[in-house]
Amino acid sequence: MSARESWRYSAARLSNEVRRGAVTAMEAVESGWEGPAREWEARVHAVAHHDAAARAAGSRAAVKGPLAGVPVLVKDNLCTTDYPTTCASRILAGWRSPYDATVIERLRRAGAVVTGKGNMDEFAMGSSTEFSCYGPTRNPYDLTRVPGGSSGGPAAAVAYGLCPVALGSDTGGSVRQPAAFCGVFGLKPTYGRLSRYGLVAFGSSLDQVGIFARHAGDVALLFETLGGADPCDATTRRTAAPDVSGWDRGVAGLTFGWPANLWAEGVEREIIEGLEDAAARLERAGARRVTFDFMPGEFAVATYYLVATAEASSNLARFDGVRYGFRHDDSSDLRALYTRTRTGGFGPEVKRRILLGTYVLSAGYYDAYYLTAQRARTRIRREYDQAFEKCDFMLLPAAPTLPFRLGEKTEDPLAMYLSDIFTIGANLAGTPGLTVPVGMTPEGLPRAVQLLGREDGEPELLRAGRAIEVGGEPARLGRETEREFAWPSKR
Amino acid sequence: MALEAVIGLECHIQVATRTKMFCGCPAEFGAAPNSNVCPVCLGLPGALPVANRAAVDAALRLGLALGCEIREESVFARKNYFYPDMPKNYQITQYDRPMCEGGALPVALAAGSRGFPLIRIHVEEDTGKSFHPERHGDRRISRVDFNRAGVPLLELVTQPAFRDPAECAAFLTALRRLVRWLGISDGEMEKGHLRCDANVSLRPAGQSELGTKTEIKNLNSIRGVERGVTAEIARQNLARLSGERIEQATLLYDADHDRLAVMRSKEHAHDYRYFPEPDLPRLRVEAAWRDEARAALPELPWTRAARLEREYAVPAYDAQVLGERRELCDYFEDCARGADGKLASNWIMTEVLRMTNERGWSIDDWARRVPPDRLREFLARVSARDIPGPLAKQVFTWLADEEGGVAELLDRHRVRVQASRDDLLPLVREVLNQNPGPVAQYRGGKIATLGFLVGQVMKKSAGQAVPQVVQDLLKAELGGQRPPS
Ligand SMILES: [Zn+2]
Repeated sequence: MSARESWRYSAARLSNEVRRGAVTAMEAVESGWEGPAREWEARVHAVAHHDAAARAAGSRAAVKGPLAGVPVLVKDNLCTTDYPTTCASRILAGWRSPYDATVIERLRRAGAVVTGKGNMDEFAMGSSTEFSCYGPTRNPYDLTRVPGGSSGGPAAAVAYGLCPVALGSDTGGSVRQPAAFCGVFGLKPTYGRLSRYGLVAFGSSLDQVGIFARHAGDVALLFETLGGADPCDATTRRTAAPDVSGWDRGVAGLTFGWPANLWAEGVEREIIEGLEDAAARLERAGARRVTFDFMPGEFAVATYYLVATAEASSNLARFDGVRYGFRHDDSSDLRALYTRTRTGGFGPEVKRRILLGTYVLSAGYYDAYYLTAQRARTRIRREYDQAFEKCDFMLLPAAPTLPFRLGEKTEDPLAMYLSDIFTIGANLAGTPGLTVPVGMTPEGLPRAVQLLGREDGEPELLRAGRAIEVGGEPARLGRETEREFAWPSKR
Repeated sequence: MALEAVIGLECHIQVATRTKMFCGCPAEFGAAPNSNVCPVCLGLPGALPVANRAAVDAALRLGLALGCEIREESVFARKNYFYPDMPKNYQITQYDRPMCEGGALPVALAAGSRGFPLIRIHVEEDTGKSFHPERHGDRRISRVDFNRAGVPLLELVTQPAFRDPAECAAFLTALRRLVRWLGISDGEMEKGHLRCDANVSLRPAGQSELGTKTEIKNLNSIRGVERGVTAEIARQNLARLSGERIEQATLLYDADHDRLAVMRSKEHAHDYRYFPEPDLPRLRVEAAWRDEARAALPELPWTRAARLEREYAVPAYDAQVLGERRELCDYFEDCARGADGKLASNWIMTEVLRMTNERGWSIDDWARRVPPDRLREFLARVSARDIPGPLAKQVFTWLADEEGGVAELLDRHRVRVQASRDDLLPLVREVLNQNPGPVAQYRGGKIATLGFLVGQVMKKSAGQAVPQVVQDLLKAELGGQRPPS
């Protein structure tokens, strides 16, 4: 394959080619733009900001390191000095961060190149990437359908081939659900394993930076590169991040939970077929299935929306037009400045959640809502702990449905919120989750499953994800990208 | 019906740390506007706080000094309200689980020492500073300086334990002394290092339940607190007399006009929507840290003053003055050890303090110039009456300005202390010859005239004679020519 075709490579292979000089970093980064993006980007609209000069500047420095020359699309809520950071919100229109997020710094240090900023639901609030001030992103497998959200842009870009890996953020499933809708891997790490410094906060106690990739091995590579304590983020763990180098060791001897009660109703048939397919692959690879009922707190959705909106209402208070971003000019006094700026700057879903969260924290309601939610959260954590006493990881749907159609749920917030039902538990519990593609439906939509692990259970999740990957057909656009993942000879 | 005032204080102490509470920016005062800022203290998107251990340690030391209960795990909380000088539109503070609870500050009052009980002390961050509208044509422009945003503060809340404004002033004076003593803060109210709000209510004397309280803000000097509280007590008294109900409100005190203005009434009270700060783990003060801080605590001012009185036999007043500053105490003790305590205290309280004031030196500056061993030697010479009084002050000044011991200084300035009979007898005789009148008076029984004659000899010796020797010589000479009886 020529350098022009290098967009088909895994990140691991691509960086190896760059390090050995077969492909220049510039070629590695541009091949996605000159190849698949020409065909897809205008239709999918995965990218919120890009800039050829910034890419070129980034590529010049990117000749060494485990991610040498690897282009990475990063969600528009991760601070970057070379592109605007706007969270797909009018209120941050044109804002450029004076600093790089810690994960961006680590990407660059590893030789990666930020290839642009991925589209998203405004402030990561949404499950379809329709709530973006730049307009929606579409699912590359079916342009009438959503790519999932809120990290829909990065997920779609990895799916259509702009870049082999991307970064998103996952507060309630915002990496795992779009990964499922776009047929790629999506990891939400254990809370505190990836720094949040420079990730524009939505729900601070739930947010984690997440990784998209087309191969389990690339997820491992990025997790290794990005993970670990950060002195700038007091919620990162000081202990060493779990060692994921054994991601290709197979699953012999591992036990996976099969909480079939969760999909007894309300889950689409194709999703259940995907679960059965994945379970069969795992069993063929030597893992053992244990069936049990799992009730991750009946109130998980309610708990999640109380905690997330409460934190968001406070986190988003800083967007007031005083210091940066959008300011409503025609304000005669301070109150008008605040009101008009925020009214004009935020979209409807963000306003809805700020109002909800403000209410949740109000005097007189705090105990009933916020404190009750905290207690429920403690119980949910305990239920996850108990489940992981019975197995090494669980197999779950990533979402109850296949990708839905644009506009289908925008008018029904509750239906949209319920599409997170299988993902929010891991955010409440602080535990890791990995979306793994499992082939295609007959109509050509990607199918996927979600693996949930215990705290620091990333190694088991990646081993299982890998076993499912090699056990069958991947869901990749036209199966154009390299099918087989191989570690480069020299790492 | 006699009414009594019930007053509680809420004090904010700016901690003199090198860096801010949650970021690495310098916490210094007086830099160019918006020069000590970073993504964290500007509240930029994505920035996260990391707690400053030095500031927590300051809270710990203050808490231990005041006998507070130290919570092993306290919790940071967000206090949400919109204000342009608050970058995140919330303040990181502590709420229902503060670091220190209980405790009391002993305060010396005219009637004796009394401990004023505290409710709590917690750690928080300061806001920036707003500069209010300037006119630019038809536009009004407000400016904000964020240098102060994020500077560590300790909030100390007292029980409503004060009954009159003078007690509040005495409390603040004692608190200021303590924070300086512990090296926590410079404690200058004018510079905003120490700020105070007061809660004031009235109730019939003897009643235990509290009346409706008002909060006075902007009390930025100790005198301001005293006057502001006095004004508010008067206002509430007057209102009650005319049958009005006291409404819960926040008032601003205008020190220039000695006036109170309503800032917020109850209906406009903020709902701060406190909740635990999710960006920060619980603040852990392990037993080892606490015990280490306790062991490293200096002797506290109130204990030390009592000990000075006891050990150095200085009067209570002296002990209070010396006890005002820790470095002054240290200097005094270094000078007074094995010497005459009262003499040391006299010289330090009058001459050292006068000279340091005049020259704008700190006690440490002074101690570098005149280390305790030099002052001790000087005091020993004075004590032994080796140096005459007027000369002593001169020597003292040389001590401050020059190097060397007392003998060396006297030599350098060609001063020979005239202490011998041979030196002084000629002068004594001369004075007796020149003053027949006084001599006659003395002989006539007016003994007090001796003082005048001693003065004359001293003058002739240019202050270099030792008065005791002069007096002895005069008596001998006058006695030699005993008046006719
Ligand atoms: Zn700062």
